[in-house]
Amino acid sequence: MAPLPPSTAPRPAAIPASGPAPRGWWRRNQIAITPWLFLAPGILFFAIYVLIPVFQSFNVSLYDWDGLGEAEYVGLANYEEMYWDDAFYTSLRNNVIWLVLYLLAIPGGLAIALFLNQTVTGIRIYKSLFFFPFVISQVVVGLVFSWFYDPSFGLLNVMLGWFGAGPINVLGDERWVTYGIIAAGLWPQTAYCMILYLTGLNAVDPEQIEAGRLDNAKEFRMLWHIILPQLRPATFIAFVVTIIGALRSFDLISIMTAGGPFGESRVLSFYMFEVALSEYGFRMGYGAAIAVVLFLIMLVFITYFLWSMYREERGR
Amino acid sequence: MFPTPIDKQPRGAQIAYQSLIPVALILWLLPLIAVAIFSIRPDADFANANYWGWPSSFEGVTNYSKVFFESDMPRYLLNSVLITVPTVIGAVALSCMTGFALGIYKFRANIWIFFLFVAGNFVPFQILMVPVRDLTLDLGLYNTKTGLVLFHIAFQTGFCTLFMRNFIRALPFELIEAARVEGVSEWRIFVFVVLPLMKPAIAALAVLIFTFIWNDYFWAVVLTQGAESQPVTAGITSFNAQYRAAYHLMSAGSIVAALPPVAMFFLMQRHFIAGLTLGAVK
Repeated sequence: MAPLPPSTAPRPAAIPASGPAPRGWWRRNQIAITPWLFLAPGILFFAIYVLIPVFQSFNVSLYDWDGLGEAEYVGLANYEEMYWDDAFYTSLRNNVIWLVLYLLAIPGGLAIALFLNQTVTGIRIYKSLFFFPFVISQVVVGLVFSWFYDPSFGLLNVMLGWFGAGPINVLGDERWVTYGIIAAGLWPQTAYCMILYLTGLNAVDPEQIEAGRLDNAKEFRMLWHIILPQLRPATFIAFVVTIIGALRSFDLISIMTAGGPFGESRVLSFYMFEVALSEYGFRMGYGAAIAVVLFLIMLVFITYFLWSMYREERGR
Repeated sequence: MFPTPIDKQPRGAQIAYQSLIPVALILWLLPLIAVAIFSIRPDADFANANYWGWPSSFEGVTNYSKVFFESDMPRYLLNSVLITVPTVIGAVALSCMTGFALGIYKFRANIWIFFLFVAGNFVPFQILMVPVRDLTLDLGLYNTKTGLVLFHIAFQTGFCTLFMRNFIRALPFELIEAARVEGVSEWRIFVFVVLPLMKPAIAALAVLIFTFIWNDYFWAVVLTQGAESQPVTAGITSFNAQYRAAYHLMSAGSIVAALPPVAMFFLMQRHFIAGLTLGAVK
């Protein structure tokens, strides 16, 4: 650690000691109590808006409730209905497709990062511009891509026309719609993974690379055996944010297709919203039950993430 | 440096690389460039199906001034600012304190509280939707900016705590010990020793949270309804309904809505990237 400039780190001695007289009890217990005082407001907010609602949702999923009137206890009936609900299985299938294909953002981001990790003039600006899609809201990304796919004037079909193919109505065709939306989602997500890898590549040990070069190692073997192991922290974060992004996919679907055509592009997060809070009805109980399933899927990943973090904490 | 620096390769490869980058960039940003071109076209181009040819005239000023002076767009933008800025302040303030508590003090519940924040941050929004909407209705804050701000502060505290705690852990602990030996109270250690060192973390989080909240769409739809409280992400859909099939205006509107986080990113790039990598990838 470099010596700190005096302005940012006042020497402790310069701080006036607190309180005139030593207060006995507070003195002795100060270090044990202070963290709880600092934690109190944060924990309070977080509990009210995040932790408790998770349990409330579990509870609501056992009721038949329109959000206004009296809630009626129905036990597991919502889950039973879900078991027979085709739309639920369509959403679940699409969630799996999202999860799998979204992971393409990781190798994609790595490829672009490797392509851009050079020192030619103007490369900084190129890097920022490649990162651009991530900064834009998903709503705008959705709009941009629905015009890109438009069957009458979209750029995609113009380009397909050059090869004598098309036109394809990507968002109107139940075979293509989910893939079309995922492609739109991959655009910002790849940019995110790219920036993670670019930062990671900066920290790769140059001596090991030189040693590899002296051994005449081929670039690809170097990548696999020397570079990728050092990029593990970046890969872990890329994996975490990509999985979360895939399971949170809502904005793009809502903007581009609103679940259509014929509900073929729904995922659990969108279907839940549709059931609980749209013109299809206000079925809070059923919506909460779908959310619980989504939460349980997420919980598998959350457990894995926390377990990895816990191991690293212990290792320190 | 990996891969092999291009200036150590043959001249041919260098020229190929130099000319490939701009082409790759244009392809990468093609959908965006298309929208930018749409936004300066006149209405007539769309009527004549001149989508991709040379614009018959440049109507950038007309289109954008329509967005700013004849629609609800300025109002939505103002709402977004009034939602985003208090959220940034609130979440950063709360997480400076939680991060300090979890980063400095050793007590048994420490790691579990930390994991609770982290886990909560990963939760899918939908599991919170029904209870949070209900709570907001009960508080009489439905369809208000305050309701949205309170929820955003609470939820972002999870991510911010993760970030702040890791940052504080990396500070030299000797500074705190030295202060304790001098008899400085814990509260003063926070204000005078730790807080000044947290400036880069605060900057990184502020930029990042600004972008997250500005771009939020889900909670805007769940907790607000009308032009008096909706942020620009939700407003753009009503804007588009108002100008259905007027692609030049919809494009201009989208660009206006997307611009503030983009500007933030370009102005504070270094902090932004430090935040995104969670400080873990240095």
